[in-house]
Amino acid sequence: MKGDAVRHLLMVSCRTVVVFTLLTGVAYPALITGMAAALFPRQAGGSLIGPDDRPVGSAWLGQPFHSARYFWSRPSATTPEYNAASSSASQWGPTSPALDSAVRVRIATLRASGVTGPIPVDLVTGSGSGLDPDISPAAASIQIARVARARRVDSAAVGSLVVRQIQARTWGILGEPRINVLALNLALDRLTQ
Amino acid sequence: MTTNAVAQVSLYFAIGLALAVPLGRYLALVLDDGPVRGPIGRFLGPVERLVYRGIGVDPTEEMGWGLYARCLIGFSVVGVFVVYLLQRFQGWLPGNPDHLPAVPPLLALNTAVSFVTNTNWQAYSGETTLSYLTQAIGLGVQNFGSAAAGIAVLVALIRGFRRAERPTIGNVWVDLTRAVIYILVPLSAVLALFLVSQGVVQTWRPAATVTTLEAGSPATIALGPAAGQVAIKQLGTNGGGFFNANSAHPLENPTPLSNLAESIAILLIPGALCFAFGRLLGDRRHGWVYWAAMAVILVPLTFATTAMEQRGTPLLAAAGADLAATSTAPGGNMEGKEVRFGIAASAIWATATTAASNGSVNAAHDSLTPLGGLFPLWLMQLGEVVFGGVGSGLYGMLCFALVAVFVAGLMVGRTPEYLGKKIEAFEMKMVALVILVPAATVLLGTAVALMTAEGRAGILNPGPHGFSEVLYAFSSAGNNNGSAFGGLNANSAFYNIILSLAMWLGRFFVAIPVLAIASALAAKKTIPVGEGTLPTTGPLFVGLLIGSVVLVGALTFLPALALGPIVEHLTMAAR
Repeated sequence: MKGDAVRHLLMVSCRTVVVFTLLTGVAYPALITGMAAALFPRQAGGSLIGPDDRPVGSAWLGQPFHSARYFWSRPSATTPEYNAASSSASQWGPTSPALDSAVRVRIATLRASGVTGPIPVDLVTGSGSGLDPDISPAAASIQIARVARARRVDSAAVGSLVVRQIQARTWGILGEPRINVLALNLALDRLTQ
Repeated sequence: MTTNAVAQVSLYFAIGLALAVPLGRYLALVLDDGPVRGPIGRFLGPVERLVYRGIGVDPTEEMGWGLYARCLIGFSVVGVFVVYLLQRFQGWLPGNPDHLPAVPPLLALNTAVSFVTNTNWQAYSGETTLSYLTQAIGLGVQNFGSAAAGIAVLVALIRGFRRAERPTIGNVWVDLTRAVIYILVPLSAVLALFLVSQGVVQTWRPAATVTTLEAGSPATIALGPAAGQVAIKQLGTNGGGFFNANSAHPLENPTPLSNLAESIAILLIPGALCFAFGRLLGDRRHGWVYWAAMAVILVPLTFATTAMEQRGTPLLAAAGADLAATSTAPGGNMEGKEVRFGIAASAIWATATTAASNGSVNAAHDSLTPLGGLFPLWLMQLGEVVFGGVGSGLYGMLCFALVAVFVAGLMVGRTPEYLGKKIEAFEMKMVALVILVPAATVLLGTAVALMTAEGRAGILNPGPHGFSEVLYAFSSAGNNNGSAFGGLNANSAFYNIILSLAMWLGRFFVAIPVLAIASALAAKKTIPVGEGTLPTTGPLFVGLLIGSVVLVGALTFLPALALGPIVEHLTMAAR
């Protein structure tokens, strides 16, 4: 290839990158941002909940809960836990000794809080993001007695609150039944204020 | 496996097929030679012509494979420079509301190569490393450009089969432009808006601060223009997450419905291109042959992965966790998985994203069970031809078709031919490159990493699983997938350099031989179908095709797999 041909080729390549950048790096994101702001402003901004000047969280992001008065979230692998500025999973393999000891400690903590029956696996394993907002309905059920005791309310009232917070599978097929822990705990605070 | 899991997997493939067939028809329309016909041509044609004016090319100029390849490499090299420089200078550039500093040089190089080669390996961590501007005009643009490059090479190869006695294979600028304007941008825009409606963020505002409920302390929530990026990274088999946790992150994939849309998008264009191929060849049965061969490999592996993950692990059971799947709990191996997706939707994603060279994840692959992780690993090692990357999957599979007709030809002692073209020594040599370069990259790269202290230093999990982490990394980079066993710390000088090299080899040492095949085929006469022609539209050929892919994949990688996931499974089961 002669020098001229190389130069021509590089010029065309550069111009293509520039034109594609205008199209897919400027116009496309601008279009999506504009339409998102017009059609779904709340979702586009992170689905924040609570008062505008002092939001309590995002509807989609989990938070840490350790007091007996609140339902607990799943373990989180981020630093510190539930750090929505830096998502990550534990990356522990299926035979990892670190996973083994972590799960045993978590189960011991739950037993110490008064849980006697089976402990659903999702409540003692970390999620893929470290920000999982949900626990399974079974994982909420085993916490009802503790929360009711700590708040000195009837456990049936807490139980019916939990049932109301269950989100079913989409179309009865997709995903898993689940409970958003932050939403449940906010409802709990409203119930016992 | 639960009834619901069977229903989720079945629904996934049913919807995928139902969308791929009509989309294939559309792709054939816009990728055919000559101006795009119909209303879409009238609507987007002016934009297309404006692009040609902007880049200063004559869309009717025909190229041989050498020029076509040089232009593709020129386009890619410029892309690497742009993405590299954007990362290095993001601290001084606008669109950086959270004031992220410059990305270190080797990480910036790795990320640039990764996105230009359609791999999207994540040595970076989106929300803590890259500014909004870098994401949008660096990574985002390459998400489109690299996907378009895959489609372009495929279209060139299809021309090789369609043309006779003329060694040119089209114009690369036209093919790139059309893929972007008619296919990638419109589909991404639709998907992006749907994702925002579900809760995926799309904003240029800085990170939000909230006051947490229990502690009452301030917490930062990373935001950004994610939805547009997520849409193309799913559709363009790119896979690089806006956030570190990729599509496991709730703001990148908040609901089971967003998850369905994103996981369908993984296989959508690779599946539809099969049907477009059939139409462009003038015989739709060819399209069904490829879709069927791919599905016959993928569907059983998806069920198998789901079953392994639902079974859980002896470790979790022995520790005292309840692994039963009930109407109120997902059960199974939930480490690294999100509750809203549970087992089935995570397993479907894991196999789809590795069958296609997508590499996005909605669960942590490093935490999959040994066999649940083996199937995704092997799907990558098959050469990313089971659906594979947009364009690159089908052109890889067409190379395996040449292997199939070649083997069949040897068995009956006739000159092999495919689609009216004699398959001769030159084509087979190029096919050998296409198959051997990624395989050698994977195995030699793994060996080098394990023999050096720098390579071993990145390993997180002990024992055979640590070996799997390294094997997975090279399988992913060498086949341009991009997913990872994330425990491996790949952000070191050693991995940033060697994996960049693997990604570059795996991309261009496949694409360039394919272009050479395209030119060689285009120059040949088209011979009519005769008595001795191997029928290539029926189940027999589907079987031959699957046999070629699976045999090559099994023979090449079984020894390596035995050292990692297989031995881990056996020792785990023996506990």
